[in-house]
Amino acid sequence: MSESITLSEICISASSKAWEGEGEILATGIGLIPRIAAGLAKLTHNPDLMMTDGETYLISQPAPMGKRDISHDLVEGYMSYSRVFENLWGGKRHAMVTPTQIDSFGQTNISAIGDYNSPKVQLLGVRGFPGNFINHKNSIFIPNHSVKTFVSSAVDMVSGMGYQNKDLSNGKFEIKLVVTNLGVFDFNGKDDSFQLLSLHPGVSVDEVIENTGFDVIINSDKATPMPTDKELACIREILDPQGIRNSIFGE
Amino acid sequence: MDKIISYKDVIDQLSDGMTIGVGGWGARRKPMSLIREICQSDIKDLTVVSYGGPDVGLLCAHKKVKKLIFGFVSLDMIPLESHFRQARQKNEIEVMELDEGMVQWGLRAAAMNLPFLPTRVGLGTDVLTHNSELEYVTSPYSDAEKLVAMPALKLDVALIHVNKSDEKGNTQIIGPDPFFDELFARAASKTFVSSEEVVSTQDLGGKDGAIFNRFERSLVTGVLHAPCGAHPTSCAPNYGFDIKHLKEYSEAAKSFDEYSTKYLNRTHQDYLDAVGGSDAILKIPLPQF
Repeated sequence: MSESITLSEICISASSKAWEGEGEILATGIGLIPRIAAGLAKLTHNPDLMMTDGETYLISQPAPMGKRDISHDLVEGYMSYSRVFENLWGGKRHAMVTPTQIDSFGQTNISAIGDYNSPKVQLLGVRGFPGNFINHKNSIFIPNHSVKTFVSSAVDMVSGMGYQNKDLSNGKFEIKLVVTNLGVFDFNGKDDSFQLLSLHPGVSVDEVIENTGFDVIINSDKATPMPTDKELACIREILDPQGIRNSIFGE
Repeated sequence: MDKIISYKDVIDQLSDGMTIGVGGWGARRKPMSLIREICQSDIKDLTVVSYGGPDVGLLCAHKKVKKLIFGFVSLDMIPLESHFRQARQKNEIEVMELDEGMVQWGLRAAAMNLPFLPTRVGLGTDVLTHNSELEYVTSPYSDAEKLVAMPALKLDVALIHVNKSDEKGNTQIIGPDPFFDELFARAASKTFVSSEEVVSTQDLGGKDGAIFNRFERSLVTGVLHAPCGAHPTSCAPNYGFDIKHLKEYSEAAKSFDEYSTKYLNRTHQDYLDAVGGSDAILKIPLPQF
């Protein structure tokens, strides 16, 4: 690979590991990086993943980013919104999402910022977060790791539940991976605390600590693995040939 | 039986304070011509249940909403709905904010004539903090699990946009995703349907067409012929969403009068002419995600 490897490609490769060993489930990547990452997981280590065309049909190959000729989609099944709800209540799904806020318990917010009755910033609403997080595993991608996103107290409107309430989920709740522009994390520290797994190139431990509003367990400062040649080929030639991923970090 | 009615007939059957459910999803297959008609009527203080898009935004902009029961409000390609945001940020509306699946569960409970349906969804979140009317139920079985008792969301009226109908209310939603329109119809005392086409029963396509009949005609109170009635939202397979118009609508949150003068307070036909005509709408390609 002659082109230099970009941060978005590193994040896509790291994020794709969210679906490693997850078996035959519905993979939902919401947003650019998560969607390409889900496709990468299917093309590399987990071909059994089910994916939609971004709308109503299950298709055999991940839908590439940007305009495509949909007559080439090999439709294999049906996944209306009603079917998505049925599927997720049964737990056979792993979504990767981008909340606006996340706290030390792994609670997430996409609803509103500030006072709930007259929010400073009204966002989407809780959408499917309450159901997703209590019914199946999720992972998180954050493009702008900062204390505004990783907040020091509880998130303003708890949309997705957190680890302190995991007993309510019948064993289904887990935030498997948190991938940011700084590194890769999970909540497998002592007592479900947030821990660093690896740092992206050029990022220091201090930078992670400064930009996280709560304690980060630092057991490792190893480097995030670089995407393999196969992964890069999948990203560049199949999943995002137009390079739409470059818009995430202005690359 | 002839259920063909006019916009005035629908408005005559609505009243202040009603709970109205709106079919569709975000910027997809919303009964917008009916919503615009409500906006130019005197009806007020509505409780609106919706997988929200510009239906919610437009009703908020016209101060028709007392309370919104919702999981999200979004214009799809434009993620945040500016008119809804403005109403929330100015504390102009009451809200019952729910998980999308809880909305479905509430409609289903109403559809099944049950007081509630149990779910785990909502536990551990502020959905319960901010909706003090939501109660719990304990499983009577050995697990004794404590669950949320999602109350029935009973509707006075459901408004739904479909691709095709006959005059008896045999409707067809031909787009690939019928969303939750069936449950809106079942949860409502009356359902008014706007339809792209009104055809004879013979022209509904027999058995092949019947697959697209998502709920039975006994649920349909009235049928309105509304070609391009979902504009600016999409109505697959007939037309996609009008992104250009949605952008203009979205930006109109700053100065709504201008948008209103240009497009609203007129008949559906005049609206269609103002936004470029039905021929142009029918050429808008379906969105690709």
